[in-house]
Amino acid sequence: MDSPSFSETIKTTELISEKTGSNQVCVMVPAGALGAGIRKEHVRRGITAGAEIIALDAGSTDSGPSYLARGVSKFNREAVKRDLEVIMAARAEARIPLLIGSCGTSGCDLAVDWTRDIVIEIARNLGQTPKIAILYSEQSRDVLKDKNTKGKIHALSPSVKLTDEVIDSCEHIVALMGVEPYIAALREGADIVLGGRTTDTAILAAFPLMRGAGAGAAWHSSKVAECGGVCTVNRGDGGVLMKVGQDSFEIEPLSLQNKCDVHSISAHMLYENSDPYRLIEPSGVLDVLGANYTQLNSRMVRVTGSRFEPRPYTMKLEGAGKGAFQTISFIGIRDPAVLASLNEFHDRLHAGLTDRINKTFGDEAGAYDVSLRIYGWNAVSGRDMPATAAPPHEVGVMLVITAETQDLATRMSKTCNPIFFHFPLAPNMPQPSYAFPFTPAEIERGQLFEFRLNHVVEVEHGLELVRTQWIDLADASIGT
Amino acid sequence: MAKLKDVCRHIRSKNAGPFWVTVDLFFDGPEKYAKYHQSEALHANVFAAIYGTDPTHVKRTAVDSLHMVKISYPRPEPQGWKGERDMHAGQQYVSLLDIELD
Repeated sequence: MDSPSFSETIKTTELISEKTGSNQVCVMVPAGALGAGIRKEHVRRGITAGAEIIALDAGSTDSGPSYLARGVSKFNREAVKRDLEVIMAARAEARIPLLIGSCGTSGCDLAVDWTRDIVIEIARNLGQTPKIAILYSEQSRDVLKDKNTKGKIHALSPSVKLTDEVIDSCEHIVALMGVEPYIAALREGADIVLGGRTTDTAILAAFPLMRGAGAGAAWHSSKVAECGGVCTVNRGDGGVLMKVGQDSFEIEPLSLQNKCDVHSISAHMLYENSDPYRLIEPSGVLDVLGANYTQLNSRMVRVTGSRFEPRPYTMKLEGAGKGAFQTISFIGIRDPAVLASLNEFHDRLHAGLTDRINKTFGDEAGAYDVSLRIYGWNAVSGRDMPATAAPPHEVGVMLVITAETQDLATRMSKTCNPIFFHFPLAPNMPQPSYAFPFTPAEIERGQLFEFRLNHVVEVEHGLELVRTQWIDLADASIGT
Repeated sequence: MAKLKDVCRHIRSKNAGPFWVTVDLFFDGPEKYAKYHQSEALHANVFAAIYGTDPTHVKRTAVDSLHMVKISYPRPEPQGWKGERDMHAGQQYVSLLDIELD
């Protein structure tokens, strides 16, 4: 599809709600994440209030690189299925579309297909025959290398220029989609759209923009609503409804017991965002510097003055690759003498463990790492505690060994076990025994994964790097 | 001399994507905001020293309407690296509580 004509189509659409006849578009966001727990009564309430579409996000990089590198979902199958059953039933009954973005946490192809299979299973169980569009945004290494060679990939601060080696080291690379693939799928009659990795906001902004809502209002309302109830006063109480107009939008909670106030709405722009006024999206920048927030009634806030500046289209890339392996073990210490000298104890124990590994494994040790984290002292900060700090009553000490294979990490952990268990505060002191909570003492953590991309890729338009597939469950030729 | 924790009603830190941490300082009302939010003690160099990051990368924005200052800095290592101690950076703000403001 050609991008200029596509944007024009967005602009020329007249903003009239088909459902209510009002000049606002009504989007239900039933939860901040698919699988987090969607309440049936909240969804019913959203439908009653005039929701013309259900849209929500199913992914994030928030929980770390493992989900993208492995292509598995953070939420388990049952949790996702349960939420999908609620919204698929409501969608079919109300005859409105359903958009889900960043399927399966990472939004890579494996994770999208995992979600697709659950959706098909539910549709069959409920006797539904929706037309499903599947948007894939995982990228091939060759396409990205070619883009990189042509100077179309740019590093974001604080990262450096991308190399072929880094591209090759990633298990999966996804590009964050904007609204365009969702709009295209809706225009072609999709009942359900299952998207790969997408910006949280684009999933919610797609429908209002398609209907001709103002770009500032559409993007800002979506940023506010993307975490569901997090923009409400009682953050844990369900999702929200966004009503998006030409120059303003309104947000209200789905739960009648909950409310939005000016602070809960305006402060949300700050959350998990490094700039409180500007949010970079694939097709431009949302600027809320001039936004005004008004309490409309006890539960709703109206926002005006948000702006969106179109920019040349870029998609952010996320990539994660495999790293080393870890094995951990854990002891508790109440010995008052040790607790009074934790800094010294840490350093001596660390040296003792390292020495034992070097002597036992020699060259086989490879690039390993020994880390001692004293919980109750300085495990979280990792900073030296001042000598004047009062001793704690007890501490937990976690030994984290990182090595090139799981087998090696665990063997190192076992070799270290007697020292970890019995290390005296000073060499001439009697042998202590610390408190292991578990047996076996070693816990294999598995493989480490690492985010390796912090880059954007220039594209001609929002569909260039996106592949769309269709599944029409009304088509009898699709096997069971 | 006032400490940061004495002039803010809420202070929090959180990851902003895998490579950044963002810290929100909500001052306790307009007077304290006006008096302290531009303090030298909240300079980029101070944050860089505390969190081991490059001071030229530290971003700072004041939001007058909310009486708050947002300070964002790149993580020295990406989220989830082998030495990770705070995956979501949610406890990083604690290092700021006792900063003395002038």
